[in-house]
Amino acid sequence: MTSRTLKRTSLFGCHRDAGARLVAFAGWEMPVQYADGVGAEHLAVRGAAGIFDVSHMGEVEVSGPGAEAFLQRLHSNDVTRMSIGSAQYSLLCDEHGGVLDDLFTYRLAPDRYLTVTNASNHDADVAWLRAHADGFDVEITDAIDSYAMLAVQGPIARELVQAIADGPLPARMTAAKGIVVGREALICGTGYTGEDGVELLVDPDDAPALWEEIVRRGAVPAGLAARDTLRLEACFHLYGNDLSTERGPIEAGLGWACKEDTDFIGSAAVRAMREAGPAEKLVPFKLTGPGIARAGNLVAGGGEVTSGTHSPSLGIGIGLAYLPAARATEGERFEIDVRGKAREGVVVRKPIYTKETDG
Amino acid sequence: MAEASYPEELLYHADHDWARVDGEVATFGITWFAQDALGEVVFFDPPEVGTSVTAGEFYAEVESVKAVSDVIAPLSGEIVEVNTGLADTPEAINEAPYDGGWMIKVKLSDPGEADGLLDRDTYVGGLQ
Repeated sequence: MTSRTLKRTSLFGCHRDAGARLVAFAGWEMPVQYADGVGAEHLAVRGAAGIFDVSHMGEVEVSGPGAEAFLQRLHSNDVTRMSIGSAQYSLLCDEHGGVLDDLFTYRLAPDRYLTVTNASNHDADVAWLRAHADGFDVEITDAIDSYAMLAVQGPIARELVQAIADGPLPARMTAAKGIVVGREALICGTGYTGEDGVELLVDPDDAPALWEEIVRRGAVPAGLAARDTLRLEACFHLYGNDLSTERGPIEAGLGWACKEDTDFIGSAAVRAMREAGPAEKLVPFKLTGPGIARAGNLVAGGGEVTSGTHSPSLGIGIGLAYLPAARATEGERFEIDVRGKAREGVVVRKPIYTKETDG
Repeated sequence: MAEASYPEELLYHADHDWARVDGEVATFGITWFAQDALGEVVFFDPPEVGTSVTAGEFYAEVESVKAVSDVIAPLSGEIVEVNTGLADTPEAINEAPYDGGWMIKVKLSDPGEADGLLDRDTYVGGLQ
């Protein structure tokens, strides 16, 4: 790993000072964990509050009189349902209904939308949008260098950020501009952990001061490893693992984010899959015994694990797997080949972990 | 343990494994460097007593939250005991890699193999 070829976020110095272990991730040098380790970080987010640097994620702004019609054509969800200040989860599909990326979009103004992309897909997403903009009166701006992004997540995350914000925080699945620690921020009631909290989009130069104040107030710095265990317990998809161009939204259980009547690119394929029923479906699972299944492990009789880890909340192996549709039902037991050893998984309801169901 | 440590009395394999030789029986485990690189160990899958291990080949898997790694045998022989305590407390591999985190005990088939292992200073020198 030659760090000179990797991009660094504006919070790099904060990470180093906090004892982060840094790794290459999607072209960025990012903290995978800090001194206390992934288990402590994970439990801090479940029990109180954690803060993540997710500045590696990309941003694209689409503006102009044709912005709504353009995004309606590109995004799988119904963009016309977005009121100003609302957030919407959507997929970017190719003509065959394969998933190019999964996205969160915020409607900032009648003719202005901000979309957050996955780091590994950002450049391709921007190119895809530009390649399909003919005939639409829109301006597409690659805004990845304009924003740092901090996620503050956990049961006390809102309270913690509220104390340093100039007004009420936006509700879940909405976004609003505000002032946090004297800095302008787009405050979003979204996250990727299954906990309440906010995500803050700020000028990269302002990010270190916000980070330090939020940490000083008790949020625990948390790295990519905890982000992964948290999202997997909550059953949020990870692009590149659970989503790819090889599989469509229906198989991935994301039919709810697809509104084929809007005629988005790929909608015909998605409609056909929805009507015919998929051969495989993505399901959450727990292992019934010891061990940890990992992405790429095959399921006996067909299917594969696309995400697998050890759940710090439950102390067992958990994951997401594509199973033949007939077996993709709660309670179904199946055998996973974990490096030559048979481990038994059982399909569970999602989310795999919540405080409400698991105490 | 937070601070790196490499006991003087152990023999080391360059793949970050140690052996404590006591007559014809040796105890194996992984070094401070190895456990630090792994991060929090959450699962150790022990081999069976009575099976053979070969120097330089893997005999068990150790899993951290993020990854699975092979554990290499520094010496050859037959497993006479496994650390069953690691099933409930795999974190001992992080907290006490040379004590509670030991993995297996082996009756050596060729005690002379120990001459091929590294002493502490040579192993630590290779980490720089």
